[in-house]
Amino acid sequence: MKLQSRHLLGLDGMSKEDIQLILDTAVSFKEVLDRPIKKVPPLQGKTIANMFFESSTRTRLSFELAERRLSADVVSFTTAGSSVSKGETLKDTARNIEAMKVDMVVIRHSAAGAAHFLSRVVQANVLNAGDGSHEHPTQALLDMFTLREKRGSLEGLHVCIVGDVTHSRVARSNIFGLITMGAKVSVCGPATLIPRDVEKLGVSVYHRLEDVLPKVDVLNVLRIQLERQERGLFPSLREYHRYFGVTKEKMALATKPVTIMHPGPINRDVEISADLADSEHSVILQQVTNGVAIRMAALYLLGTTN
Amino acid sequence: MKKSKLFDSAGFRRTINRLAHEVVEKNKGTEGLAIVGIRTRGDYLARRIAQKIEEIEGKSVQVGCLDITLYRDDLHGRLEQPQLKSTEILFDISGKILVLVDDVLFTGRTVRAALNALMDIGRPAQIQLLVLVDRGHRELPVKADFVGKSVPTSMKQQVQVLMEEVDGEEGVYVIEGDEPEQKEKKP
Repeated sequence: MKLQSRHLLGLDGMSKEDIQLILDTAVSFKEVLDRPIKKVPPLQGKTIANMFFESSTRTRLSFELAERRLSADVVSFTTAGSSVSKGETLKDTARNIEAMKVDMVVIRHSAAGAAHFLSRVVQANVLNAGDGSHEHPTQALLDMFTLREKRGSLEGLHVCIVGDVTHSRVARSNIFGLITMGAKVSVCGPATLIPRDVEKLGVSVYHRLEDVLPKVDVLNVLRIQLERQERGLFPSLREYHRYFGVTKEKMALATKPVTIMHPGPINRDVEISADLADSEHSVILQQVTNGVAIRMAALYLLGTTN
Repeated sequence: MKKSKLFDSAGFRRTINRLAHEVVEKNKGTEGLAIVGIRTRGDYLARRIAQKIEEIEGKSVQVGCLDITLYRDDLHGRLEQPQLKSTEILFDISGKILVLVDDVLFTGRTVRAALNALMDIGRPAQIQLLVLVDRGHRELPVKADFVGKSVPTSMKQQVQVLMEEVDGEEGVYVIEGDEPEQKEKKP
């Protein structure tokens, strides 16, 4: 029982066995989270640095909670107020943190490949908490964990990722992971927000929600970012909502029971209608709960093997 | 590889019968009693003991199982990780008399881990230890309250417990040499 890599950088190329191992391990940690004392000792004496070069609330909190619940010592920093704003390079920041004898590093960065780069310059185990538009492996793992919990198995499940796929690391990690696990993946969004040649990853492309809804088991709805509108990638939020917003009316086209996911934070009544986000189809809050269990599993598996 | 038999399936059954009787005798019935087995074989043993106690006393006892992986003292520095499974104790252990069940008592490290794991879940009134085989060589001050059989062994020997539920056959064996057929649960 052991992951093939010392780092968790992405799901691209990760084996089915490794994904399965993380998901199975998370089941045990979920049980720990239901206990009155939600703390277990396996990472006692280990120090973990959370380096967030990009703002994040949910992911950082989730990682910190997971680390503390494994009894690790935790140091965190965000870009604001750190020496990064004084012009230090990523490599120097990492080297300095390493000089303080840190065992594991969790990194979020706006540049794709930042976590990979870091894994080559430091001795510590590196976990990618999101690098640019590249990957966000723990998010995809928790999405798969939630789906497996809700739907029993990922095999053969049709998951449609809706929204700004081009700029989404969540979409990319989900595509890699879900395809490895035997799910069928499609993407749906305006042509300006769907990457060219995305079919080569093994996904089908739709530009109308109405076309894909009758076929799906799961909708993973991505957050739409306002700055994309400013860059002219779609005309207005209202128009986006009209065509790509997931609403109760559009859901009437579904032929199977559909599970609705969202990586958060939600823009209510933009990419998803408020009533649907709170409906029984939605597993959005389960995703958040499961995020802690998945991160505990990944940290445990990486932190306890040499 | 030399393999000598400690119990066959009939001996196994009789031992469980006796242990169940001892548990109810010592605790004067089943009041406040609950049984927790250490995964994997301790779990099945715990269920057998509970079933037997129910037959004897006509009252059911709560059973749970404990995974001690996260509490092991040798988690770090191993090449392979033991597979993590879940603890399933669906009742409040606080105030209960817990009978902790494991197949083989050896160094005592598993029991130490189990005690810590239980303390993180609640505050039992009492914890008693039941083992099928005590093979000696303790490295920690641990003593069982109920013992199926005490067997003096050498460090080179392995004690193998086979149970119907996991192994498809039943019996307890002492195996000579360092290479056991089944990796023994040594914490």
